[in-house]
Amino acid sequence: MLLVVLEHDRGTLGEPAREALTFGRTLAAKMGVEMHAAVIGACAAGPGPVAEEAGAHGADRVYAVEHGVLSDFGPEAWGESIAQIVSVLGPRAVLACGSERGNEVMAQAAARLDWPFVANCTDVTPPAGEGGHWSMTRIQWGGSLLEDAILAAAGTALLTCGLHTVASAPVEPAPAAPPETQAVPVDLDAALARSVVKDRVVLEAGVTLPTAPVVVGGGRGVGSAEGFAPLEELAALLGGRVGCSRAVTNNGWRPHSDQVGQTGTRIAPEIYIASGISGAIQHWVGAMGSKHILAINIDPEANMVVKADWAVIGDLHQVIPAMNAEIRRRRDRP
Amino acid sequence: MRILCCVKRVPAPGARINVTADGLAVDAAHLGFTTSPHEECGVEEAVQIAERTGGEVTVLTLGPAEAAEQLRYAASVGAHRGVLISTDGSASDPQRTARALTSAIQSLEADGGVFDLILFGNESADSGGFQVGVRVCHALGRPIVNGIKGIEIEGSGVRARREIDGGFEVYELDLPAALGVKEGINLPRYPTMRGRLASKKLEITTLELDAGAGDQALVRLHRPAETVSQTAILGDGPGAAPAAVDVLEELGVL
Amino acid sequence: MSEFPASAKCVVIGAGIVGNCLVGHLTKLGWNDLVLLDKGPLPNPGGSTGHASNFIFPVDHNKEMCLLGVQSANQYRDLDLSVDSGGIEVARTQERMDELQRRMTSATAWGVEAHLLTPEEVAELVPFVNTEVILGGFYCPTVSVVDSLETGTVMRRLATDNGCRVLANTEVLDIVAEPGPNPGDHTVKAVVTDAGTIETDYVVIACGVWSNRLANMAGATIPLVPAVHQMADVGPMDILAETGNEIGYPIVRDMDTFCYERQTAGSMEVGSYAHRPIFHHPDEIPSNEEAALSPTEMPFTPDDFDPQMEQAIELMDMLGDAEIKYAINGLLSLTPDAMPCLGEVPEVRNLWSAAAVWVKEGPGMAQVVAEWMTYGYPRVIDAHGADISRFYPEERPDEHIWARSAEHFNKTYGIVHPAEQWESRRNLRVGPYFSRQQDLGAFFFQARTWERPQWFESNADLVERYGLSEREVEWDNRWWSPITNAEHLNLRDNCGLVDLSAFQIYELAGPGAVAFADRLAVNKIDVPVGRSIYTPWLTPDGGFHSDLTMMRMGEERVRIVTGVFDGGRDEFWVRRHMPTDGSVSFANTTDDITTLGLWGPNAPAVLGAVCEADLSQAGSSYGSLVDVELDCGTGRPVPATLFRISYVGDTGWEIYLAWDDGPAVWDTLMRIGADYGLRPTGGGVYGTSGRLEKGYRLMGAELESEYNPLEAGLARPRVKAADFIGKEAYLAAREAGGPEVQMCVLTVEDLHDARGRKRYMQGGNEPILTGDGGRIVDSHGRVSRVTTAGPGPSVGKHLLMGYLPSELAAPRTELQVMYMNELFPVRVAGTGAVFDPDDARMKS
Repeated sequence: MLLVVLEHDRGTLGEPAREALTFGRTLAAKMGVEMHAAVIGACAAGPGPVAEEAGAHGADRVYAVEHGVLSDFGPEAWGESIAQIVSVLGPRAVLACGSERGNEVMAQAAARLDWPFVANCTDVTPPAGEGGHWSMTRIQWGGSLLEDAILAAAGTALLTCGLHTVASAPVEPAPAAPPETQAVPVDLDAALARSVVKDRVVLEAGVTLPTAPVVVGGGRGVGSAEGFAPLEELAALLGGRVGCSRAVTNNGWRPHSDQVGQTGTRIAPEIYIASGISGAIQHWVGAMGSKHILAINIDPEANMVVKADWAVIGDLHQVIPAMNAEIRRRRDRP
Repeated sequence: MRILCCVKRVPAPGARINVTADGLAVDAAHLGFTTSPHEECGVEEAVQIAERTGGEVTVLTLGPAEAAEQLRYAASVGAHRGVLISTDGSASDPQRTARALTSAIQSLEADGGVFDLILFGNESADSGGFQVGVRVCHALGRPIVNGIKGIEIEGSGVRARREIDGGFEVYELDLPAALGVKEGINLPRYPTMRGRLASKKLEITTLELDAGAGDQALVRLHRPAETVSQTAILGDGPGAAPAAVDVLEELGVL
Repeated sequence: MSEFPASAKCVVIGAGIVGNCLVGHLTKLGWNDLVLLDKGPLPNPGGSTGHASNFIFPVDHNKEMCLLGVQSANQYRDLDLSVDSGGIEVARTQERMDELQRRMTSATAWGVEAHLLTPEEVAELVPFVNTEVILGGFYCPTVSVVDSLETGTVMRRLATDNGCRVLANTEVLDIVAEPGPNPGDHTVKAVVTDAGTIETDYVVIACGVWSNRLANMAGATIPLVPAVHQMADVGPMDILAETGNEIGYPIVRDMDTFCYERQTAGSMEVGSYAHRPIFHHPDEIPSNEEAALSPTEMPFTPDDFDPQMEQAIELMDMLGDAEIKYAINGLLSLTPDAMPCLGEVPEVRNLWSAAAVWVKEGPGMAQVVAEWMTYGYPRVIDAHGADISRFYPEERPDEHIWARSAEHFNKTYGIVHPAEQWESRRNLRVGPYFSRQQDLGAFFFQARTWERPQWFESNADLVERYGLSEREVEWDNRWWSPITNAEHLNLRDNCGLVDLSAFQIYELAGPGAVAFADRLAVNKIDVPVGRSIYTPWLTPDGGFHSDLTMMRMGEERVRIVTGVFDGGRDEFWVRRHMPTDGSVSFANTTDDITTLGLWGPNAPAVLGAVCEADLSQAGSSYGSLVDVELDCGTGRPVPATLFRISYVGDTGWEIYLAWDDGPAVWDTLMRIGADYGLRPTGGGVYGTSGRLEKGYRLMGAELESEYNPLEAGLARPRVKAADFIGKEAYLAAREAGGPEVQMCVLTVEDLHDARGRKRYMQGGNEPILTGDGGRIVDSHGRVSRVTTAGPGPSVGKHLLMGYLPSELAAPRTELQVMYMNELFPVRVAGTGAVFDPDDARMKS
């Protein structure tokens, strides 16, 4: 059995969980085993809706893990829970998505089990026959390099799949019934509550950079903090968000939370409008999950232009206001 | 306040990273080296906390003798002590690294007392295993939360912020504790010339520790296949705006 | 995005400051079928231009470098892409203060405004300089800071507006050269890139640090090495930020620490030429994709920079607390002789080099190359010092490039004596008498690759005999010995034996040899066999390309003998102009022939003892060639050609011998000569004092492409009928009437400086000034300056040569010369010899 750890926020399944299930379906097929899923911690509406969505993405069975210290996310409590249910259920592999939480809780589980943990896989091959071992390809350097790795033993593999390595997709045709849900007890030390989320602060409503359908990116070519005004306007017109390159945050023009890249946010919008961005690799690895790219740059030879689907050659300070005007004109059309 | 910051020496490559002929390492023959970016922020955060609390910052790294350069860099921006776990420079696996760091920290704490706060980078820039800090803390029996972009010391505890969609989560840990920090928590300062010159006098403690290999082994590194797209040029200057908006309309984002 | 060009008249590789300015200048000169390529993106493809410090200090002791620097600075100014920030070279030592006096002298020569400042005056301009550590400064208000990237863009746009196509991100994989047209020649045909092949007539390599790799693709060499120049940007600092300017304070060059401090907005860039030489082979330079910053911004090696940080803080304390925001091991190009590599490469026809050029001289040097390609020779300035064909084969391998570049890198801000000799890579080429000369205590000067004795310690006894002494000031005495004056006087009294093995000797043969030789030379080569011709070779514009001797050796055979400093250029000039019909063959016989000079009143007696030929003027007239046999007591007669000529003013011969016969002849002449006062005699006499007393001109000193034979005083009464290169311009100059300037010899009338010390000008472009101290400049902007200086032991004066406007060229005209920023009275002696002006000693 392949066990997928579902990332959720108090009962709301996250996109990483759907990606893990999508990735896991292929892996389970390669292993010739069923795919089960575990939902750890309290769900606002009980585990039912989570289980149902997991089923729609291919989970054959769902385990619900609940405990007093699992009232909210806590890396140590989640990791300990995973370690315990793995001991009980004996899966041949445990998979989560390589999101921030996914990698963290799998590392916590691995530390407790003293097993290897392979983060951010793009491809996994189960042991073949007697004396075989797990082999996998995983992300290094934020995606600039891939690593082929093996595990010394054929025992249970702890894995995450790289974020956005696969696009999530439900199984087709949809399963006739939701998967069977089974509660699995865990025995958690109350002290593990020490690292559970204590509070949340919501800074803004609406669309966020990782989930925005349109991201309007600005780079060094924007020239100043004020220069972002037309980009903000375009993003607002399209219901999107503004992102930026590292040069921009280094210059103090935008907060780091707007940075797209290896050390910033990885985005996956329908379209990324990259303006005044040369396209250094550190930025590219954060943007390459975009489904389409439109580059606006004065230099037709800029990396971002070469990598884009479409490009406008010109000064973003002229092109973007013209686009904003054009969008308004079309919207005002009777 | 005693603060420990664990850092990793990594090459500073460009857009294209070359791999050695045997596929086992990044070809760093003509590359510079730097401190992994999350950890550089970790050092800055540690120094700022020490400046506020009157504490002392120790920087610990595992690597070849050349990794002393990263310890000196940390000293040049305000760290006080440097400890090097000396290796032959070949790649280590996460379990091995974690064991060596654990032994080193235990030995440093036995000599100088417990570190109130240990800072790790969220993940290393190169191998990106996402686990060494967690393994070390489990071995030390110390809490750790990753993904931290804000730290406030409050009495005997630490309040840490972690970014989520649309806001942040707050964690409150009693000291001693550990945190995995991310770039963006601060804008690290650059060394001053005097800082650089002073850092040359840093006395570095070198530890010889061999923890033995873990269970994960590197087979080879390689570059992902490059996707070559054919770019359609929509036009020059603002005159191309209608064509650009056509694209948005086709994609249905308008 | 446009169609890839299948062909072009000219492909320029490299879109840095040089390549961009080159396509701009070529466009101005009428070229339009151009392609500009670069493997990197635009506007900054990743070469040295992208990280250049972009400032220009206009004063240099070297004429080419200085005037092209000034010329370049003016081009930047004309584009309005330049700011005159001013700049100060500060001195921490007395030796440097003396050097600053020499800088003042060069500033006067080249007409650049400059002032010597006290430490307090330095602080008035740059208040954050620590006056405690400096003794003074050399301030130049026209030091400028330029925008090299934008200048390149503007010049490129000028070209693209006129048909030039630009291909960025296009890497050159090969430069195709095919054999021909003459045996041993190659001619460039095409450039192969990763985007396709371009057939082309001309290729210019303007690839900065990568240039030699590109040249190698075609089987050629551009002798340069990518070298690290460290720089760090520190800041921000309020006092700088408050200027609100990219550059608000003068740039400071801390000369004695080999560093500079240059404001960039709120920060200070500290650059160093003080660290160990750090070189990279072009193959080690990362690509744009591989580089963390750019290919030529290599990883900073801080250990190398630490001493400079301490010195920088010493000079400007505020730098210590500023943050090091950016630091690189920036790459730039160094060559074996610290001069650029311009012109057509000698190995491949139509393949040109515009390399080893820094931002400070980029636009000017691009203009030089554009003119050279268009007119056959540069017009804006004589560029023989930068001519890439100057290099001998021994100067082209990496071993030589690296050793020499390592030696001069730390002299970038050094105090370099005009006669300074290299330490590395000596004894590359030696004459057959080398061991004998070593035994005689020869002090060798190296002329490009050849070792030549400058004087012989074995002649030290003559110093006492003639009552000579060392010079009073160490600088004047450096690389000099009174022995050279003693050798001179002995030659005049008795005779001297001079090793001339470094002569570069070529043979033209075949039915077209004489006609071709006539095409090269101003003077008539079609003379009777056995006669020699001393002649200029002109550029198409009628200036000097060369000045040498040609010999009619046979009906279809002409020998060319030229000096070692010009061998590479002259050989290339010959080969490049050879007819392609097979009527002429070329051979370099330098390695087969050795030459001894035997001169002085006793020379005929010495030679007569081993030679039965008639050595009287009747039997061997001045300028004649006579084949003889010498009796060296070996039982085998030694064949020799006696060439009755003199470059030193006393009678005698150049004796041409088979290389292997040289030692026996040397030994014999020295043995016989012992009774006649014969002494081995060095280049100090041959090249300087003997020559100066006779007013003989030297290529590269008095003779440059900016001057014509009339001005040099080398025009003959009539012009030959046959056509020759530069004839049209030469005829026009003759028709224009008397020359505007004339080459003159001057005597220094009082050598004492203000402190009462005798000083001796070195011939390093010291300005010749009017009685009231004014510069003397002709209508072409050519300045009167010392082209050669040296002793005239037989006339008891220190002698100078230089061009003077005709109205000042009259004998006894009183002028002044500036040396070390002091004025000395000089007097015009005339346009010819000050010693034996009737040539009685040579010709009777």
